[in-house]
Amino acid sequence: MRIASPEDLDAVRKIGLFKIQPDRPRIAVGLATCGIAAGGNELYDRLGSIIREGGYDIELTKSGCIGFCRQEPIVSVTIPHKPLVLLHHVTSDTAEDVIKGVLQEDIPKNLALCRVKEWDHITGMIQYGEGFETIPDYHEIPFFSNQHKIILRDAGFINPEDITEYIAAGGYSTAFSVLTGRDPDSVIDEVKRSGLRGRGGAGFPTGLKWEITKKAPGSEKFIVCNADEGDPGAYMNRNEMESDPHMLIEGMLIGAYAMGISEGLIYIRAEYPLAIERLRHAIREAKSYGLLGKEIFGTDFSFDIKIAIGAGAFVCGESTALVASIEGKIGRPHPRPPRLTDSGVWGRPTDLNNVETWCNVPVIMAKGAEWYSGTGVRGNSGTKVFSLVGKVDNPGMIEVPLGTSLHRIIYDIGGGGAGGKRVKAVQTGGPSGGCIPERFFNTGVDFESLLTMGSMMGSGGLVVMDEDTDMVDIARYFINFAASESCGKCLPCREGLKHTLLILNRILAGKAGVEDITLLETLADTIQATSLCGLGQTATNPVQTTLKYFREEYDALIVQDLPDGGR
Amino acid sequence: MDEKRLDEIISRYDYPSGRILGILRDIQVSEGYIEKDLLRLLAEKIEVPVSRLYGLVTFYSFFSLQPVGRHIITLCMGTPCHVKGARTILATLEDLLGIKGEEESGKYFATTADNQFTVVIARCFGACSMSPVIQIDGNLYGYVTPEKIPEILAGYGWHP
Repeated sequence: MRIASPEDLDAVRKIGLFKIQPDRPRIAVGLATCGIAAGGNELYDRLGSIIREGGYDIELTKSGCIGFCRQEPIVSVTIPHKPLVLLHHVTSDTAEDVIKGVLQEDIPKNLALCRVKEWDHITGMIQYGEGFETIPDYHEIPFFSNQHKIILRDAGFINPEDITEYIAAGGYSTAFSVLTGRDPDSVIDEVKRSGLRGRGGAGFPTGLKWEITKKAPGSEKFIVCNADEGDPGAYMNRNEMESDPHMLIEGMLIGAYAMGISEGLIYIRAEYPLAIERLRHAIREAKSYGLLGKEIFGTDFSFDIKIAIGAGAFVCGESTALVASIEGKIGRPHPRPPRLTDSGVWGRPTDLNNVETWCNVPVIMAKGAEWYSGTGVRGNSGTKVFSLVGKVDNPGMIEVPLGTSLHRIIYDIGGGGAGGKRVKAVQTGGPSGGCIPERFFNTGVDFESLLTMGSMMGSGGLVVMDEDTDMVDIARYFINFAASESCGKCLPCREGLKHTLLILNRILAGKAGVEDITLLETLADTIQATSLCGLGQTATNPVQTTLKYFREEYDALIVQDLPDGGR
Repeated sequence: MDEKRLDEIISRYDYPSGRILGILRDIQVSEGYIEKDLLRLLAEKIEVPVSRLYGLVTFYSFFSLQPVGRHIITLCMGTPCHVKGARTILATLEDLLGIKGEEESGKYFATTADNQFTVVIARCFGACSMSPVIQIDGNLYGYVTPEKIPEILAGYGWHP
């Protein structure tokens, strides 16, 4: 059916609600990439065969990922008028116990992680019910209670492959009211006033970028979603697309309407096959409901989204290289200007925003700029999703207001070092970021504070390092990465990184003298100052921050009296 | 890959943006590598110089021109995997499979003598919470330790 009126939307919402809360028990297995790797598919099949063989009246479905990766596979159980219960570490062996528990309305205690009485999807509220008092409440689990979910509001609660469930959680109703009742310029104004900044790492004001694109001359323009999540250690965008793909589509739809653009592209990395599959499915669904394509919601506005697949080049996160890649060329950046907003894909004005930036748009329009900017800190409104990984006790996908301290993230949510080890540092911002030592964990994660520390926000990977991590080796790891990913166009990056790597190898081999450290510093400063694009300009951050904060680890490797001066 | 299948892949992309890399990606996923003759045939069909396709295939790390063994083991080399011992996993794989490769410019490639296994490395699968991670024929394995590898490999016909 094509949705063209509030009544149509309401009818679909009812269908979706009956799927989320059927009149019989529902079991949903968390099936994002990590849940599948933890054995989710086998578990899903096993649950399915038990239900079939027993002829039980139980609905089995899939959901996205709630982010508590250490507890995978995670299953949610809904019994009518009872709280939703999250089960953890469910395996094919305990599948029988789950079914038995559901049928007897007695959830096995060893499998229960927590219960959810009601869930605020922000664009809608779902009441589950009372009961199961002996199971801890969601808000009593530190991993959850210290988070603030806006972007991840649906992840783990709805089936990402069913548009009706997204609509049941209030999805697309914002796009409906915007497209049928808001002036496009007022949408841009709302986004500007919300203070939303680019979540890809640079933090450019989103509303301003929209305005510039809209004002650029020409009638044929593009909007592009950057889903080329190339930072190793970052998987926020993968999870956002796998767990709630319609949130992205709705955000792009609203943005397209505001800027008056009818063509959208999602540039996504080839390493994310499930995200690609779910996006393709979601686009097909949206088209069949008249939410993409011609005359959306019965208005005269038309918009379509196509998928372009990247092929594993870190430099393609740089906007001009990304455009080259979409056009089927080698991803080499060119100097700006011209900026994408003047000349982007196929030479046309192009607005490029990260997945998570787009995902912020529906809630901003649903709740308003004032509501949105009430979260976060001055100049950094809203939340940010992080992948908290490395040597942390509770690795996972988390969301906190911007400005939240590293301490709160790593200790209160992450539970500190894995296996009780002492945390030494956290690496933020991927290969372009830096390592922040434990003594500065009172730093709040916002765009400016991280820059002051010599690091950066990046897309949101937080890799925790413990007392066993060798920081010089980490610097070498990143330089090796950046040197391999250098596109080779400009000399400082191409040759400079290669030589930085040679020096680091020499230091780690115990064959470097004190002058090598000086050379390393000079070289890093030069690469930073003279490289063409962001990749080169930031590539030496890991070296500079480890030199600044962990100098003693370098010094310990330096040979004081090399016979030939180290050469 | 026969010509008919190539035509089918090409037909999936009727839109200019993302077309060339999309076709190459589908070939890579289907075959595990991109055969040089196929690259020439593709160049003719989509009317793009083969030199340009060759440039793309060698620039982007997702593609490989070298034939691969029956099973492809991809070892993630992302930061979390690195700090949690991906190097040791690689050394264990080399040891068990009797192979030796060199990492160069972010690429690694080694195939066993019996052509059963090819080991390559990847930048990041985005399964970082389960690091270290390996992927065999598209199946992900998380929290890998050297001790677990023989059992995982045995599932693909490997024996000591």
